[in-house]
Amino acid sequence: MRQKLARVLGGVAISALVISGAAACKADSGTEGGSGDKAACDLKIGFFGPLTGDAAGLGIHMRNGTKLAIDQYNKDNADCKVNLAEYDSQGDPAKAPALAQQAVGDTKVVGIVGPAFSGESEVADPIFDEAGLPIITPSATRPSLSTKSWKIFHRGVGNDTSQGPAAGRYIKNVLKAEKVYVVDDQSAYGAGLVDEVKKVLGAVAGEDKVQVKQTNFSAVVTKIVGSGATVLFFGGYYTEAGLLLKQLKGAGWKGTMVAGDGVNDANFIKVAGQQVAEGTVLTCPCAPATAAKGTFVTDYKAAFENAEPGTYADVSFDITKIFLEGIKAGKSTRADLLAFVKSYNKAGTATGVTYKFESNGELDPAQVLVWAFKVNAGQVVPDIEIPKA
Amino acid sequence: MNFDELFGNFPALTITGLEQGAIYALVALGYTLVYGVLRLINFAHSEVFMVGTFTALWTWEALGYDQNSPSPAIGPLILALVAGLVVAAVASAATAVTVELVAYRPLRRRNAPPLAFLITAIGASFVLAESFGIGTSRAPFGMPVLIPSETAFTVFGAAVTNIQLLILGVTLVMMVSLDQFVNRSRLGRGIRAVAQDADTAALMGVNKNRVILLVFVLGGLMAGVAALLWNVRYGYTKFNVGFLIGLKAFAAAVLGGIGNLRGALLGGLLLGVAENYAAGLFGGDWKDFTGFVLLIVLLMFRPTGLLGESLGRARA
Repeated sequence: MRQKLARVLGGVAISALVISGAAACKADSGTEGGSGDKAACDLKIGFFGPLTGDAAGLGIHMRNGTKLAIDQYNKDNADCKVNLAEYDSQGDPAKAPALAQQAVGDTKVVGIVGPAFSGESEVADPIFDEAGLPIITPSATRPSLSTKSWKIFHRGVGNDTSQGPAAGRYIKNVLKAEKVYVVDDQSAYGAGLVDEVKKVLGAVAGEDKVQVKQTNFSAVVTKIVGSGATVLFFGGYYTEAGLLLKQLKGAGWKGTMVAGDGVNDANFIKVAGQQVAEGTVLTCPCAPATAAKGTFVTDYKAAFENAEPGTYADVSFDITKIFLEGIKAGKSTRADLLAFVKSYNKAGTATGVTYKFESNGELDPAQVLVWAFKVNAGQVVPDIEIPKA
Repeated sequence: MNFDELFGNFPALTITGLEQGAIYALVALGYTLVYGVLRLINFAHSEVFMVGTFTALWTWEALGYDQNSPSPAIGPLILALVAGLVVAAVASAATAVTVELVAYRPLRRRNAPPLAFLITAIGASFVLAESFGIGTSRAPFGMPVLIPSETAFTVFGAAVTNIQLLILGVTLVMMVSLDQFVNRSRLGRGIRAVAQDADTAALMGVNKNRVILLVFVLGGLMAGVAALLWNVRYGYTKFNVGFLIGLKAFAAAVLGGIGNLRGALLGGLLLGVAENYAAGLFGGDWKDFTGFVLLIVLLMFRPTGLLGESLGRARA
């Protein structure tokens, strides 16, 4: 009986293999045939970033921006749709390689919006590069990402060599702080950002490092309070930033925290609490998403239960549309779409930024702007655009 | 090396280290109690703590406190603290008992080898952490500030806050009462008897399974108290909040001598303080490194920990 069952199962497995093999052949020939002018159908655009975990708040807004762009495209092209493939990295570089392989292995995926963070980019981008799968990241801001000569890499925002110095200038010129303490979380993003800030500030009152997932900051809190610093610059993500600030204020510290785009999210206030978060300054190499152009804000709110678009939602929307335009123009292979992105030169409808990439994948420097935001009454609100040096 | 940082902030680093160490110690008790009786490292204990943090938070939410509500007056504050404490302690104890009944007892009945217990313990830990992770979308949760931090007095220039006093006070009270309970009460005698020699104890009429359940309940209660103190001090929880604390508490238990209740307190405080000094001297990135090097070096010279494994060998 058991033998019989095994034979039946084996037969099923073999026939399944044959059928799927045939299907795969068919799919292959389908994409080859699609490289003409007519748009290919059922292609996928991947979103790669944290949708759960400590930094999910940042990722979800970007995913929503991407989803909104694809949904609008599908409404206009109901007979030939594009699908969204989500790759939830939890922002964890350890989880990224397997997910990148998964995306590469799916031949329907022709473009990736992401990876959202710098740490995961460092391990996932080489895999995308090998497969020639074009990516545009809406938010990974570590400068060195564009120096690895990955052909597929594009960055839809400025990097930390624009954000870091701008944050430094804000601390120096707007807050006029004399004693600044800097702390980073030892991530690719956080450490890089702090390096850039230090270059502008020169001498700092002190510096220390914490760890991602650390919860007890008593030692660093003691040091910051003891240093007499009036401003803390934190390079890292919102969970650690919120906890650190909460414990700092609990120890009687009265200064201001300044942090980068990794903290620029409503979840920061959720972790720290409204009273504690009040007055915190957050930078971003992007314009306020809540003031995006066109119908983006109303469309976003209508699509996502009246949620205000968060940091980089508008950027994700615009860069997804670059891919969609390419697909519409019949660029249905990864190589064609890559060439399309490389030669792209048009303004995005939500951000108004002209997307034109340099040969290393960086956004044209003339297009980069950095904004400072402030936590005010439990909301992250735009403060000023930080002037270029 | 930054000696200025260490010596300049020495009193403050000591106080915050003791405060963190107190929470380690309370969690370490759970490891020590179970190990003392069963010779088993209950890795799921970190999740027993995590359940405590969540249930206390939910209790406060049910009482109408959210993250941004102002700190309550003294009457409602005591109510909220006591309600949170009771719920967290009961929920943690219930979790510990469930783990024992579902994961360990069936194995014991089949005389499974120690390795099977170890893997089951790790498995139980993952199942609990992941089910909370999935249930809460792995999101971090902030908590209401029930007790605003205020300086109670200063020692050598370091401010001691009311919360720090609360944590140290509660920990000492819990430690002393647990120690007295195990060393003086009838049930405590049963625990020591089973720890010394389970078979002989059974022949003398001690119900072994009941004693083991009691040990899990006690460990769970202590973890629940630790969870409440954690919530009051750090005001934050997440599905994996127990992982690092569990690891540190386990290290603290081994440091003091696993199986030894007083050793858990000593180990916890020592680890908390050593970590803080290391962070002051070498920078925050060397904190965990130093803590565990300390553990290894101490174990080289005192393989059974500072105070030795004594739960079993205590006087009858």
